[in-house]
Amino acid sequence: MQYLLTSICSLCMVYSGWFIDRLLGKEKRGKWLTSGVLLLTLALVATLPVYGTSYAPILMTTIILYIILAVSWTMFSGPTGYMSLATAAFFGVGIYTAAFMAGDFPPPVFILVGGAASFILALGVGALTLRLRGIYFAIFTFGLVELIRHVLAFIELHVTGTRGRFVFGVDNETIFYYMLGVFVLLMITAYFLNRSKFGLALRSIGEYEAAAAHTGVNVTMVKIVTFAVSAFFMGAVGAIWATKLHYVDPGIAFNPLFTFIPVLMAIFGGMGLLYGPIIGAAFFTLLKEFLTTTLAKYGLGELYMLFFGVILVAAILFMPNGVVGVIQRLTQKWRKGGPVEEHADT
Amino acid sequence: MFASILDIIIDGLFMGGIYALLAMGLSLQYGVARVLNVSHGEFIMVGAFLTLALHTGLGMNPILTLVIIGPIIFIVGYLLHRTLFSALLKSSPSTEVFEGKSLLATFGLLFIIQNVAVLIWGSATRSYSYLASPVEIAGAITSLNRMVTLGITIAIGLAFYIFLARSRMGKAIRAAAQDPATAGIMGVNINNVLALCFGFGLLMAGIAGVLYSMCFGFYTTMGLGFTIIAIIVVVLGGLGSIPGSFIGGFILGIVGQITNTFEAELTLAAYYFIFIVLLLVRPKGIMGK
Amino acid sequence: MQILEGEGVTKYFGGLAAVSKVDFSVTKGEVFGLIGPNGAGKTTLFNLISGAFAPKPGVIKFRGEKISGLSPHKICRRGVARTFQDVRVFANMPALQNVLLGSLFGTPTGMSEAEANKRAIELLDFVGLSAMKDIPAGGLTLVNQKRVEVARALATRAELLMLDELMAGLNPTETAEAMELVTRIRKRGVTIFMIEHVMKAIMGVCDRIMVLHHGEKIAEGTPKEIATSKKVIEVYLGE
Repeated sequence: MQYLLTSICSLCMVYSGWFIDRLLGKEKRGKWLTSGVLLLTLALVATLPVYGTSYAPILMTTIILYIILAVSWTMFSGPTGYMSLATAAFFGVGIYTAAFMAGDFPPPVFILVGGAASFILALGVGALTLRLRGIYFAIFTFGLVELIRHVLAFIELHVTGTRGRFVFGVDNETIFYYMLGVFVLLMITAYFLNRSKFGLALRSIGEYEAAAAHTGVNVTMVKIVTFAVSAFFMGAVGAIWATKLHYVDPGIAFNPLFTFIPVLMAIFGGMGLLYGPIIGAAFFTLLKEFLTTTLAKYGLGELYMLFFGVILVAAILFMPNGVVGVIQRLTQKWRKGGPVEEHADT
Repeated sequence: MFASILDIIIDGLFMGGIYALLAMGLSLQYGVARVLNVSHGEFIMVGAFLTLALHTGLGMNPILTLVIIGPIIFIVGYLLHRTLFSALLKSSPSTEVFEGKSLLATFGLLFIIQNVAVLIWGSATRSYSYLASPVEIAGAITSLNRMVTLGITIAIGLAFYIFLARSRMGKAIRAAAQDPATAGIMGVNINNVLALCFGFGLLMAGIAGVLYSMCFGFYTTMGLGFTIIAIIVVVLGGLGSIPGSFIGGFILGIVGQITNTFEAELTLAAYYFIFIVLLLVRPKGIMGK
Repeated sequence: MQILEGEGVTKYFGGLAAVSKVDFSVTKGEVFGLIGPNGAGKTTLFNLISGAFAPKPGVIKFRGEKISGLSPHKICRRGVARTFQDVRVFANMPALQNVLLGSLFGTPTGMSEAEANKRAIELLDFVGLSAMKDIPAGGLTLVNQKRVEVARALATRAELLMLDELMAGLNPTETAEAMELVTRIRKRGVTIFMIEHVMKAIMGVCDRIMVLHHGEKIAEGTPKEIATSKKVIEVYLGE
């Protein structure tokens, strides 16, 4: 039952991504119908705590978390082609912000501060490193997560004399609504980012960075700002997530899996369009839930990563443009019109 | 005081030898085959567990297991490149795209290998005792297995360097590293060379695993930590520079021992710190051109 | 009046000088040609002027102000635009959007989106591509991609346009059209600095020509002087 409900809600989220892709594609037909359906789907997701089991919103919160991480990762790494492995760093900064602030401040405040802290960290990191190309950038961002984790573990142990800290909890329903709120904000941001002059500049960098620079685009600024905006969302959801964890330490907050899994989701879903990473995130979160509960019966709960690994390798080999690429190919075949045209992957 | 400095240097050299092997392997994979293999460290783990199986199961001498484990891991690497990576290479429009795709594919391999290992060997720390008798060198105390390990790593490092510098295959590898397109025209079977390099790279990790298992406990999830160290060393030595990786390994080993003596918890943080500063100040590494 | 001046412009790659102590000056309103055998350092010199890298040592001045060391987008906004030897259009964007990027981001003062759009349409028309404005640039033929690049560069309100082998890979008819395009750009008051291999073209449209060989300037003069220079003939025949 919980799978059915959360799957339906996930499809609603995929729909909202598709809706924005359509808006950005300047598709005008069926405007009223699609907008109506959008409101309906959002209402369906928002009322999940009312009609669902008590566990449904909890699972849905996790799904939305990964959707936000995957979409915000793609926001920067998709168009620019820079593979950031710093997601866990920004997410962890959000978690630790909440650990310090929750209890003394209301959630909106520490969510915003968590996002802002990650935003500022990303500005600094971006200014330092976005001149590193390709693989160096990936290595650096990965190293950053580990550096923060180890330094923080040292501080916990030797300066404050703790291992980790307790986080003031917030009830599951409230967490669900905050998560959903950040999702809506992310969708709106993605829309305006893409539609604006800034989005055009970002796309030009993705297509040919050197040509963009020589055409007057301030490539460094555009990249840093996009990096920081995507980090804002990672930090904000980190702060929300912390209240669900109750206890955090550097190992929990800066777990590199929070870097890898959203990347895997985005690759699997496809990065050319907004709804790609949403499909990937929803699919993998549900799969993970299913596998961990099934495998847990045999005491093998953590083995889900084995399946993720197999799917990742297969997806890279056989679906270079992700689920989105497959869907595009199928719809084009169905329409029987024009040459097969795919969104470039990066 | 003198003895303790010597202790640090000897243990640093010993760890450095392991790092150097690992890093040379990674350097081959990245420098020539353009695959930044994050599953590299998994093969040190696999090497260690295979040694354990052969040693405790069949009573083989751990050093002799090299003769069996080495070729197995080499063949695995060769076949991996021939199937997975060469397919990715074919479907990638540019080197940059290939680097990104292959990096992600190796993340997939990492998850697969690690979880299969957990399935087979569980997650407890394992070890066995071999040549653990103490040795004294100028007042510093170390163990025989460490000295043997250091000796083997240096021997392999030098042998491989000579292989690259002198042999026909070594020349083909160096040609492929510099300019794959031209090397292809010159009659080098480029796919074969790349696959060989990938195989040799994994072989280094496997050997490091056999040696490591003689001296320390090991567990199935330790791979990523070693991969990260190998990446740091490779960047330290200059991406793609084999001698750079070799020297870089020893430097990191000694730095690690020094921080370890003063503040053990900061060892990894110190590695990352060196690494990040180096990336910012001199991304080409100490030996990079 | 000199619009672009270079003094002792030098660039080393590793231990090799790709461009070595080159002095040059381009006069406002002229068409200035740059020729030389392969590997002479022509594109490197363009990269130095447009800011892909900075000369070391050496100084480049545009309208009397030093531009060497500035980042590419700043140099572009000062009024120096370029095209690329290996044609670099934004392949997945419609032709019009390619040009729009120039007018939106590359102009010295910036302009509103409506103005930028108008300018992009006007320039696409100028290069004769109005009919193809909605086609992704990657789907255009080579000659049309080159036209998109020219329109994109002009959209930045450039005073100096650097063309890197505009005619390479074109058939005789297209080459003639390209030469005519260069003349029309010049009539708009834009100074042109062009690298070219097609001798007929460069001799036909240039006022003055500079010759590079192994990164060094070996000759400069009118097309006639260059065509009869012994040194230049030696370099080309000695290849």
